[in-house]
Amino acid sequence: MRYASPNTEGSLVHYASRYENFIGGEFVAPKGGRYFENISPVTGKPFCEVARSSEADVERALDAAHGAKVAWGKTPAAERSRLLLKIADVMEENLEMLAVSETWDNGKAVRETLAADLPLAIDHFRYFAGCLRGEEGTMAELDEHTVAYHLKEPLGVVGQIIPWNFPLLMAAWKLAPALAAGNSVVLKPAEQTPATIMLWAELIGDILPPGVLNIVQGFGVEAGKPLAQSPRVAKVAFTGETTTGRLIMQYASENIVPVTLELGGKSPNVFFADVMAEDDAFRQKALEGFAMFALNQGEVCTCPSRALVQESIYDEFMKLAEARTRAIEPAHPLDTDTRIGAQASNDQLEKILSYIDIGKKEGAKLRCGGERVTLPGELEGGYYVAPTIFEGDNAMRVFQEEIFGPVVSVARFSDFDDAISIANDTLYGLGAGVWTRNVHAAFKAGRAIEAGRVWTNCYHLYPAHAAFGGYKKSGIGRETHKMMLEHYQQTKNLLVSYDPEPMGFF
Amino acid sequence: MTTESETPAPEPSADEPGADAPGVDAPGADEPGVDEPGVDVTPAALALIAELVEEHGPLMFHQSGGCCDGSAPMCYPRGELRLGARDVRLGTVGEQPFYIGGDQYERWKHTRLTLDVVAGRGAGFSLEAPRGVRFLIRSDLCEPT
Repeated sequence: MRYASPNTEGSLVHYASRYENFIGGEFVAPKGGRYFENISPVTGKPFCEVARSSEADVERALDAAHGAKVAWGKTPAAERSRLLLKIADVMEENLEMLAVSETWDNGKAVRETLAADLPLAIDHFRYFAGCLRGEEGTMAELDEHTVAYHLKEPLGVVGQIIPWNFPLLMAAWKLAPALAAGNSVVLKPAEQTPATIMLWAELIGDILPPGVLNIVQGFGVEAGKPLAQSPRVAKVAFTGETTTGRLIMQYASENIVPVTLELGGKSPNVFFADVMAEDDAFRQKALEGFAMFALNQGEVCTCPSRALVQESIYDEFMKLAEARTRAIEPAHPLDTDTRIGAQASNDQLEKILSYIDIGKKEGAKLRCGGERVTLPGELEGGYYVAPTIFEGDNAMRVFQEEIFGPVVSVARFSDFDDAISIANDTLYGLGAGVWTRNVHAAFKAGRAIEAGRVWTNCYHLYPAHAAFGGYKKSGIGRETHKMMLEHYQQTKNLLVSYDPEPMGFF
Repeated sequence: MTTESETPAPEPSADEPGADAPGVDAPGADEPGVDEPGVDVTPAALALIAELVEEHGPLMFHQSGGCCDGSAPMCYPRGELRLGARDVRLGTVGEQPFYIGGDQYERWKHTRLTLDVVAGRGAGFSLEAPRGVRFLIRSDLCEPT
C-alpha cells in the first residue's frame, strides 16, 4: 500500500506551515524571528519552516533546563519511569503518523520507519524506564564502624546534538537514558530533519515537567555550537563526524565536562567460505546480510560498506549478491513495498556521487548501480541513488571513507588472518559483520576485529540492551545499554563513620 | 569542471602548531609551503569563500571523516579548531589554509582534492550551511611523479 503524501487529502500527517522551539514546556518563537525552509528529500521541495535559533535561544533553553533540573533529579525513580513509559505509550498510539512523517522528513522507506525506527524508539524509552527501576547504588563496609555509600546522582543539564539519519530514533537513544538518569536536556536536532520531532513534542510535551526537555532548532554553527560551548551544560553527547567531534571535545575541554561521541565507521562485513557450503536458509541469510548496505539508503554509521569475501567462493557468492542487490530499486518512499528511498539531502547525494566518481578513477570495478536515479512525478526532484557495488582494493578511498550512501566496496581475502588484517585496516571501529557456520571461527573473528559491535551471523540489529559504540576514531562511550545511565550520572560517595569515639590524632 | 590551482600563499600564522611533518602547517611565516601537497578550488567555491571572509574574517578548512556530514570539508573561523601535531596542511584555498588529519591524509594522499560547493543543508558547525550551500570535495588521482 502507499501512504498519502503529507499535507494531501487522506494523509496521516498534516504539517503546520511553521515550527518553533520547544522550551520550558511551550512552543516559543526564536528570539531573532528567523526561520529556515525544511525540504523533503522525497520530492526535493520545502514543506514547512523551522525555527532558526541562535545563542539567545540556547540560553533560554538552558535557563528552562536549569530551572527544572533539581526537582526532576529528585523525582522518585518510579515516577520518572512512569513518565517514560507514558511517552512510549503515546508514541505507540501514533506510530503510523510518526513513521510517515519520518519518511517525509528524511527520505527513508516507510517500511523501515514502521518496522524499525518507531518500534525501536518506543522500546528505548521502555528499556530505560525499566533499567531505572532496577538501579541501585552500592555500599562498602570499610571496617566495623565505617561505611562507604555510592549513590547515583544526575549530572544536571546535558546538551545533545543528534544526526539526521534516524532522527527520532537517535533522539530516543540519547533522551531516554539522560531523562531516566534524572537530567534535564537541551536537544538540537539536525537541520536536515527537524520536523517529526516537533510532531512528537506536540504529542508528549505535557508528559514531562516543563523545562525537563527542551528542543532548540537551527543550524549547527548557530545553535549547536553555542550549546556545545556552554559552560552551563554538564555533558555533551554528539553523533556525527570526526572534525565536529574534535571541536566538541575541544569545547568540552574548555569547560572540563565529559562527552559521548559517535563518529561513524567503515564497517567490514566478512563472509567466510563455508557460508556457501549448503544451498540453504543460512546461505540466503548471509546474502541478505551482504545487501544490508542498502538499509536506510546506506545512511547508517554502521553501514556494512566493506564486504570481504573469501576468494574460494568469491565468484559464486558475488553473482548471487549482485542479483540480490539489483532487486533493490529506489521507489516511492511512502509505498510499503519500497526497499530503498531517498538520500537525506542534496549535498548528501552530491557527496555520494563524488565518491562513486573517485571509485571509478581509482580503478574500482563498478559491478552495478553507480548513478543517480530520477523517478517520475512528484519524486522527480528527490535524491535517489541506485544501490552500488564496487570491487577493488582496501587501499582505495571508497574502502577507507564513509560514503554514507548505498555503496558497498568488495574485496577478496585468502584466509582468516588476511580477513582480519583487511577488516582492521581502517581508521574506524564501530561495527562489523562475521558470517560463518563455524562457531570457533566466528568467536575468534569477533574478538579479533577492532570494533565496538561485531554482528555475528546477523547485521543491522539495534535492540536495546546491546551496547553500541566505537573503537578507534569511531568515538567515545556506549549507547543503547543500561551502562548508558552511568554516562549521565555522577557518583556521590558518602563516607560515614558510625563510631562515636574520636580518632585520637589531635 | 574548471578549477584554479592555487599556489600556496605565505601564511603569517607562526602560532599554529605542528611544523615538523611534510606539509604540516605553514613552514614558518616566511616560506610559502613548498612541501604542501596542494588543494584546488572551483570558482564557485572561491566566490563563496570570499563572501564568508567578508562575514566572518579569516577562515580555515578541515577535511572531516566519518558519518553524517563527514567525509566532507568543514569551514571555520581561523583558529576555531585547535590543530594537532599530526594535522597536515594541504595548501590554501582563496588564501585560507586547508588541513586534514594526519592519519586520514595517509589514506588520501594518492588523490588530489578540489574544493567545490553544492546546494545543501546542514554541515556540522561549518560556516556556509545557513546559506543553503555546502562545501564538497571532488577528487582526482595524483599525477605520477
